[in-house]
Amino acid sequence: MDTIEDTMQRLREAFSSGKTRPAEFRAAQLRSLGRFLRDNKPQLQDALARDLRKSAFESEVSEIAISQAEVDLALRNLQAWMKDKSVRKNLATQLDSAFIRREPFGLVLIIVPWNYPLNLTLVPLVGAIAAGNCVVLKPSETSKGMEKILAEVLPRYLDPSCFAVVLGGPQETGQLLECRFDYIFFTGSPRVGKIVMAAAAKHLTPVTLELGGKNPCYVDDDCDPQTVANRVAWFRYFNTGQTCVAPDYVLCSPEMQERLLPALQSAITRFYGDDPQTSPNLGRIINQKHFKRLQGLLGCGRVAIGGQTDERDCYIAPTVLVDVQETEPVMQEEIFGPILPLVTVRSLDEAIDFINRREKPLALYAFSNSSQVVRQMLARTSSGGFCGNDGFMHMTLPSLPFGGVGASGMGQYHGKFSFDTFSHQRACLLRSPRMEKINDFRYPPYTPRNLRVLLMAMEECRCTLL
Amino acid sequence: MAVKGAGLEPTLSMDPDPHEDTVRRLREAFSSGKTRPAEFRAAQLQALGRLLSERKQQLQDALARDLHKSAFESDMSEIILCQNEVNLALKNLHTWMKDEPAATNLFTKLGSAFTRKEPFGLVLIISPWNYPVNLSLMPLVGAIAAGNCVILKPSEISKGTEKVLAELLPQYLDQSCFAVVLGGPQETGKLLEHKFDHIFFTGSPRVGKIIMAAAAKHLTPVTLELGGKNPCYVDDNCDPQTVANRVAWFRYFNTGQTCVAPDYVLCSPEMQERLLPALQSAITRFYGNDPQTSPNLGRIINQKHFKRLQGLLGCGRVAIGGQTDERDCYIAPTVLVDVQETEPVMQEEIFGPILPLVTVRSLDEAINFINRREKPLALYAFSNSSQVVNHVLECTSSGGFGGNDGFLYLTLPSLPFGGVGNSGMGRYHGKFSFDTFSHHRACLLRSSGMEKLNEIRYPPYGPWSEQLISWAMGSQSCTLL
Repeated sequence: MDTIEDTMQRLREAFSSGKTRPAEFRAAQLRSLGRFLRDNKPQLQDALARDLRKSAFESEVSEIAISQAEVDLALRNLQAWMKDKSVRKNLATQLDSAFIRREPFGLVLIIVPWNYPLNLTLVPLVGAIAAGNCVVLKPSETSKGMEKILAEVLPRYLDPSCFAVVLGGPQETGQLLECRFDYIFFTGSPRVGKIVMAAAAKHLTPVTLELGGKNPCYVDDDCDPQTVANRVAWFRYFNTGQTCVAPDYVLCSPEMQERLLPALQSAITRFYGDDPQTSPNLGRIINQKHFKRLQGLLGCGRVAIGGQTDERDCYIAPTVLVDVQETEPVMQEEIFGPILPLVTVRSLDEAIDFINRREKPLALYAFSNSSQVVRQMLARTSSGGFCGNDGFMHMTLPSLPFGGVGASGMGQYHGKFSFDTFSHQRACLLRSPRMEKINDFRYPPYTPRNLRVLLMAMEECRCTLL
Repeated sequence: MAVKGAGLEPTLSMDPDPHEDTVRRLREAFSSGKTRPAEFRAAQLQALGRLLSERKQQLQDALARDLHKSAFESDMSEIILCQNEVNLALKNLHTWMKDEPAATNLFTKLGSAFTRKEPFGLVLIISPWNYPVNLSLMPLVGAIAAGNCVILKPSEISKGTEKVLAELLPQYLDQSCFAVVLGGPQETGKLLEHKFDHIFFTGSPRVGKIIMAAAAKHLTPVTLELGGKNPCYVDDNCDPQTVANRVAWFRYFNTGQTCVAPDYVLCSPEMQERLLPALQSAITRFYGNDPQTSPNLGRIINQKHFKRLQGLLGCGRVAIGGQTDERDCYIAPTVLVDVQETEPVMQEEIFGPILPLVTVRSLDEAINFINRREKPLALYAFSNSSQVVNHVLECTSSGGFGGNDGFLYLTLPSLPFGGVGNSGMGRYHGKFSFDTFSHHRACLLRSSGMEKLNEIRYPPYGPWSEQLISWAMGSQSCTLL
């Protein structure tokens, strides 16, 4: 078994050899990733079922298909993304070659959480590989089924000189973070995000931190309660609520609350049946520790829907809480479970103030028939991403950057944003070794006339003849 | 002690947190939405433009006092560059502020998907002493254009410019949204205890680590424009005088106190023999026989750096220059030869008018030499052969790269300016500044109706559900809709 030092050494040497630079190498690795997903689909689904009791449907749409789509997108666009990008020149540089070259950083560390353990491994991995980096992957030790596959099966598909999996818990991760990486990509909690960034600071390593928070969900009086309930419930209880972009709590008027409750009950029954514990479409809490944490939150406010739990099964029913206080735990920490508190406000303004008093969330939702209301909510708040009249659909578009702001994170990825995140954008200007006479203007002894000529040459060239 | 605008009492130095009020005031202004409209931002930018033209003499005087900078260098590398940046931002503000539409898939076709650029909020800009106007105002333009409120902490070492900025900026900019805070390392440390929404730092890697560590406590994103030793490879196949002109100008500009100046030359022993007389020729042409009397050569910023540089003159052998004058913080344009890799002049960023020539036996040896060291902010390669230039480009990494010239590339706002590895993270100039100081918010606006279309995604799931959804999510290239 390699030590961390040996692993780092091996990957650094491979990177220095230039192995990962050619497009062919990167494409071969990406195609291999695609084969990994196809060859092992049943095993991946089993692992997700074992870790989170994820249904085949949820595994497919939120883990396997998304990962496959990213692989395909990268393969299709690799050459285009890798191309040098020519830029506008001024008069002085008209005859020169000015462009931005995207280069890999070198050795990238990707730290993955347990809630979407395949997606949150593969999507960043695709970006890092497409950009030409070598990668050390640290999967979550909490989602043990997937950890095993990533440690034992994934390496067979990738070039071992350029890719390694390192296992362990907080202690081993701490050791890993003492090493010098050229980029660190972390998905997890803000608390650990600070630790990662502090470790990165010691080596001046740039980071992308995909963190979390409490994602507000504003529901206007002007809406159809059943439509809203369907949408909110689906995104809340998907993956048993263990989603960083799930609606965390609802803000609505007392009147709206009265209309929402029966609609939410109706949606829950429709989705999961009268006894959700028997539904194949509802997952489970990842482990005892989180189960107990969530069980504790059920004591906040009043249970209006659900509230049943089963410890042996890590089962928590799709739950809605009402009459919660802002100071109670359920409104203080990110819920990350199938519990939805409804918080009443008296106006849109009050909702906006409530939201803006708190940390910037990863996602923000606003439901209303009035596009003006939706746009107002968008204009007067800040968040990683925003969706009007739906849940986290914005995440499924690789043409949109996925990332947080403030306490919910820094940096972004998905699609081309991944490639750019894992690349250094190098400014290049290639000039002629000749035509030195032209440079005479810039050399001392300085004269006002020379300055005037130089300043003119610095003007952006709008000349279309050249 | 913080300097506040006219009409407000300066804070007492006994105040435990001298910045509390300033930070709170700016946050309140940001929360009020004041900086969001394009009109407000444009007005601030126009005011900055007026400051640069109306107070040009004052700025030139300050730069002359701090660094003995000639009016030419002040214009070329500070004032005009900032003026151009202001004009560029004004010209493009509306375009930059526009939502950027994004491609949709089948599911989201009937909605509106776009990326919205939003200000972070309260930005801290910490600037150094070597280009104290440029490195304060260029980032400031970006931060303002992006709609942020800004605290600027100019360098306490370039005292003339510090004074002028502290006096002038509050007169031109809206004081509820902008503040200048003064002080040394201790005050900066106190300032860094506050939470900012973005920190933009230009300075040394050593201090860059301190800044990033402080930022980590608040999960504040940072842009760090740092430094390093910028290699300058000179091929055998070149015209020595042309190369000497270009290298000398960029080395001795601002008395070598430039983060992107060529720090040392790598060349063959034969090339070194041809370069030396050419460098002497260039230096004499630029600065005369007695450079200390040339109005076109600057001075070292202060005694501390003068002594540091004087120490470096003991490395290797002085081939050109080497004269110093302590009373004047003067160091002659100098070239060193026979330096060892272990000597101080090859260990730290020189940041002065001293150019060591290091001999290598081949291009490969030069590339290995470069790659053994930290990634620099800039890298230069001189050769008549574009193949050689491209080879150096391909086999190395650096913030930016200049083929057959020095740091001219940073005068193109269409090129991103920033480091990599030890030389920094993030980038700015032109639109890159606007993007650096903006949060790129992913937005999707869907219809509140048409719920029937969503049915396929809800449980209970049928055998066909997965396939349909995967198809709908993946189908971005559907041209029928």
